[in-house]
Amino acid sequence: MIPFVINIVYFMLSVALLFAFIRLTRGPSLPDRVVALELIASIVVGYVGVHAIDTGVSSLLDVAIVIALTAFLAAIGFARFLERGGRRND
Amino acid sequence: MIEIIVSVLLLAGAAFMLLAAVGILRLPDLPTRMHASTKAGAMGAMFTMGGVAFYFGDSVVFARAFAIVVFILITSPIAAHVIGRAGYFLGTSLWDGTVKDELRENYDPDTHKLSSGYEGSPESVTPPTESESPKDS
Repeated sequence: MIPFVINIVYFMLSVALLFAFIRLTRGPSLPDRVVALELIASIVVGYVGVHAIDTGVSSLLDVAIVIALTAFLAAIGFARFLERGGRRND
Repeated sequence: MIEIIVSVLLLAGAAFMLLAAVGILRLPDLPTRMHASTKAGAMGAMFTMGGVAFYFGDSVVFARAFAIVVFILITSPIAAHVIGRAGYFLGTSLWDGTVKDELRENYDPDTHKLSSGYEGSPESVTPPTESESPKDS
């Protein structure tokens, strides 16, 4: 039962990743792209968790922790950059 | 039994993330997109981590998954707040159907000062006066 469910979950997460990527490329302003990037990081955290179940390697959870931390720092950095009025090329 | 719990948790997490992605693709402006993506995305990641914790059934893995859940729970609102604030300061255009923007009239984008909207009215400067009742007699 678990392998079948994991295949479905992989498919759903891939579709979600595709949608977020479309918004990332098409987003009219830079904050839209930052929001899409944050969602992509969140989806990748889910992907890593499902992959840990798929392969049975529980050490992959450390990767998920690092990805979540990096995404948070990236979001804070982008927001500071936008608020200080950096050079933008939407 | 454990298999059913893990399957339900994984499917719920993936469904939440798919919903967040559909929201970020279909909704019209920045605040509505954020409202779809940040909450549902964090919820999906937390459900997936719950499924991982149940699948391995190990105290070490459970502690790690719990740490990830707590970390997402703390950082996701902060990141959403900061990005939304920066997006509003940049003056991103809102959706045409927006009916109320309460920051627009009370917020000064040059000085970054937020007024309460009651500065000019006499109720804000003078306390409500007691009714003058004749004490003598």
